[in-house]
Amino acid sequence: MSIDTGDRTEAPARAESRQWTARMRHAAESAFPPDQLLPDRQPAYMASWIYVFGVLTVVSLAWVIITGCVLAIMGPSWWHVSSTGHFVNSLHLWSVEAFFFFMVIHLWGKFFMAAWRGNRRLTWASGVICFLVSVGAAFTGYLSQQNFDSQWISTQAKDGINSTGAGAVFNVLNFGQMLMWHIVLLPIVVALIAGMHVLLVRRHGIVPPFAEGDDDAEAAVATGAVPAEEPA
Amino acid sequence: MFLGALLGALINLNGSGRYIHWGFIQISVANFVVIVLMVVVFVLAILLPFPKRKRGGQ
Repeated sequence: MSIDTGDRTEAPARAESRQWTARMRHAAESAFPPDQLLPDRQPAYMASWIYVFGVLTVVSLAWVIITGCVLAIMGPSWWHVSSTGHFVNSLHLWSVEAFFFFMVIHLWGKFFMAAWRGNRRLTWASGVICFLVSVGAAFTGYLSQQNFDSQWISTQAKDGINSTGAGAVFNVLNFGQMLMWHIVLLPIVVALIAGMHVLLVRRHGIVPPFAEGDDDAEAAVATGAVPAEEPA
Repeated sequence: MFLGALLGALINLNGSGRYIHWGFIQISVANFVVIVLMVVVFVLAILLPFPKRKRGGQ
């Protein structure tokens, strides 16, 4: 039994640092300092409308998840019959439309900024993967509507899926399987990758614009020949 | 109600969808409109000035 005398000397600090919880805490604090995780100042070049589409995408995703949770709680007999159910079902659809609308503009903006510069390759790649998984989540959503539209789409999709060989494990005619993919697996993956994407943006900062007549310097940063400029 | 009637008068959503055919390209009017809107919003986001926060005394 040890007695805490209140004396925080070096020895206990060393003992603490060997624990995995402490190592994780130190790694998290080192990777994401609080002032970098929730900054109150941003670089001047961020004062452009093109930078708002990332957060608009995140807000749309939040609405997709919130309305999806309401639909899951109430069930298809509610969203197909009641006027409130129709409204929430429509909110779910239109928040998905907004999600893809803003995400594609965000993608265009980041593509033309070459947003993978300055050691931001993983940020770019996580965004691309999030986009592709979101497409899968949306397609399984079409199959989960429980109406003639979803029946038509599933019978049209089955041949395409079977031609890839994936039909053996991913059967678009299996409603239960598609519903589980849509409301459990794919949302978890999208939320995790989107969260990782946002954390990477916080860690590496927002990509600076190309400097005029400074192509050589940008190329040097992109190839790692010189360190990238840290955001303010 | 009024807005729905107004939109319904402008765009007839009853019946089968309409498609644009251009050579081997075939796209629904709805998807085409969404793509055009995205391009317009993208261009506006680049061109329109972003409001600047006024700081006291500066």
